[in-house]
Amino acid sequence: MNNIKKELNMASKETRQDSIGRFISYFCITIIGVLVISIIYFITSRGLTMFFANHVKLSDFLLKTTWNPGTLDSHGKPEVGALPMIVTSFSVTILSAILATPFAIAVALFMTEYADKRGAKLLQSVIELLVGIPSVIYGYIGLSVVVPMIRHIYGGTGFGILAGTIVLFVMILPTITSLTVDSLRAVPQHYRQVSLSLGATKWQTIYKLILRVGTPGILTAIIFGMARAFGEALAVQMVIGNAAIMPKNLVSVASTLTSQLTTGIGNTVLGTFANNALWSLALVLLIMSLLFNTLVRIVGNKGAVKNERKNKQ
Amino acid sequence: MSKIITSENVSVYYGKQRAINNINLDFNVHNITALIGPSGSGKSTYLRCLNRMNDLINNVTVSGSIKLNGKDIFSPQMDIVNLRKTVGMVFQQPIPFPFSIYENVAYGLRLNGIKEKKILDVRIEKALRQSALWEEVKDSLHDNGFSLSGGQQQRLCIARVLAVEPEVVLLDEPTSALDPISSAQIEDTLVSLKNEFTFIIVTHNMQQASRISDWTAFFLDGKLEEYSATKKLFLNPDKEKTSDYLNGKFG
Repeated sequence: MNNIKKELNMASKETRQDSIGRFISYFCITIIGVLVISIIYFITSRGLTMFFANHVKLSDFLLKTTWNPGTLDSHGKPEVGALPMIVTSFSVTILSAILATPFAIAVALFMTEYADKRGAKLLQSVIELLVGIPSVIYGYIGLSVVVPMIRHIYGGTGFGILAGTIVLFVMILPTITSLTVDSLRAVPQHYRQVSLSLGATKWQTIYKLILRVGTPGILTAIIFGMARAFGEALAVQMVIGNAAIMPKNLVSVASTLTSQLTTGIGNTVLGTFANNALWSLALVLLIMSLLFNTLVRIVGNKGAVKNERKNKQ
Repeated sequence: MSKIITSENVSVYYGKQRAINNINLDFNVHNITALIGPSGSGKSTYLRCLNRMNDLINNVTVSGSIKLNGKDIFSPQMDIVNLRKTVGMVFQQPIPFPFSIYENVAYGLRLNGIKEKKILDVRIEKALRQSALWEEVKDSLHDNGFSLSGGQQQRLCIARVLAVEPEVVLLDEPTSALDPISSAQIEDTLVSLKNEFTFIIVTHNMQQASRISDWTAFFLDGKLEEYSATKKLFLNPDKEKTSDYLNGKFG
């Protein structure tokens, strides 16, 4: 009798398993949360040091064009104008996204609308392979193929925004393609049938219906691609030229936020002014990637609203 | 009475399996013809031959001849896009596009290159009036098509087809996903439009067939078992199997 009473008062085995499972998942979530918060806190505090401890004006940092944290200018102020890097980062990101998007959409359309199952699967694995190639390989190919080619055609060194754009184009193409494929596959098969039954050609169905319905997903794909391009360091560093000066044109040497960081961070000592300046660049990067994430959320939510309505019926 | 579609010896194979077998069936212009029969009897498969929607499925072969206004729809000269504009289709589930009501109806018109807003407005109002939806949506034309109820969505789909001004409209169990009131509205719509269009409707609902159709074809096991005027078929069928099916002895 006592035994039964005891058993009834105790949590059952299943309940205990449940609480152990819950504990493990909350524990992991907490660790990840702490990690994210500490990264953000660390970069923010380091990144802001230059403004508070060294009294650099934010407007100087964002708008001046000379980057030379080691020396002082004629007024005795440090030269930490990050505008050239910001401009270059945005240039390579936007140009490579513009270049990659049409290709990505074309490949995605081929995979979802034209290719048979085997062809689509083959392409899928090619794309996955492209995603998996380490960025140093892309950079190396850029350095040994793209840069000499540009040098041959346009003269100069061959390093610069154009070379960076071409390398990033290849790197973000698979990202944008596979996300676009997902969004086109999510367009219900019925829509295609209805469209054809109304007398649409296949091409009309694609551009009047499928692309239109898939637009939020395609935009998300492009933003993901841009986020990847903006954050890519190594491959870009190998082909951009790494001169922190305002780019004059697409084939003059330049430097992105990331390439400046990877080049400089090993050559400065923690706590020095030059090091603080680099942390401020990192802060800009962090803010940008948070911004890209928010954009993805907003665009994705717009698509979700549409889907919710669809499920309501 | 003139025939708009005539079909001879139509058989359909899914791979090697025969789904329908030597169907000979003619359709009168400006009539409603109902295709009835148990599930798997091939009535939907046959219906989908009439605007060549079976072409979209891999591994389907169609033999025999189907003529629309005397022209063979399987001949190489037949423009399949024009065929589908002449022979429209309404599906079992209401499938509006995730656009506004206006854009849903405009879809087929825009395919034909109609861009002028005035013409679009007129044609869209006409189509929505024909499908008896106009009064309910005239103030909310720019709302999303999914904001409508199921029955309204199906009438929107009918309006979308009618806007293209087809001669024949195929309906594949258009009311099976709807409640009785919505179904009745769609039945009324079809009856009121039969002077302008020819309707061919697949239905599981025998009462619906007897209410709205002029002719009824009874399909069984991929064959056309019996075809005659609806009144005759329901009151005095020639075949015993027809009578058994109508009385609910099987199916």
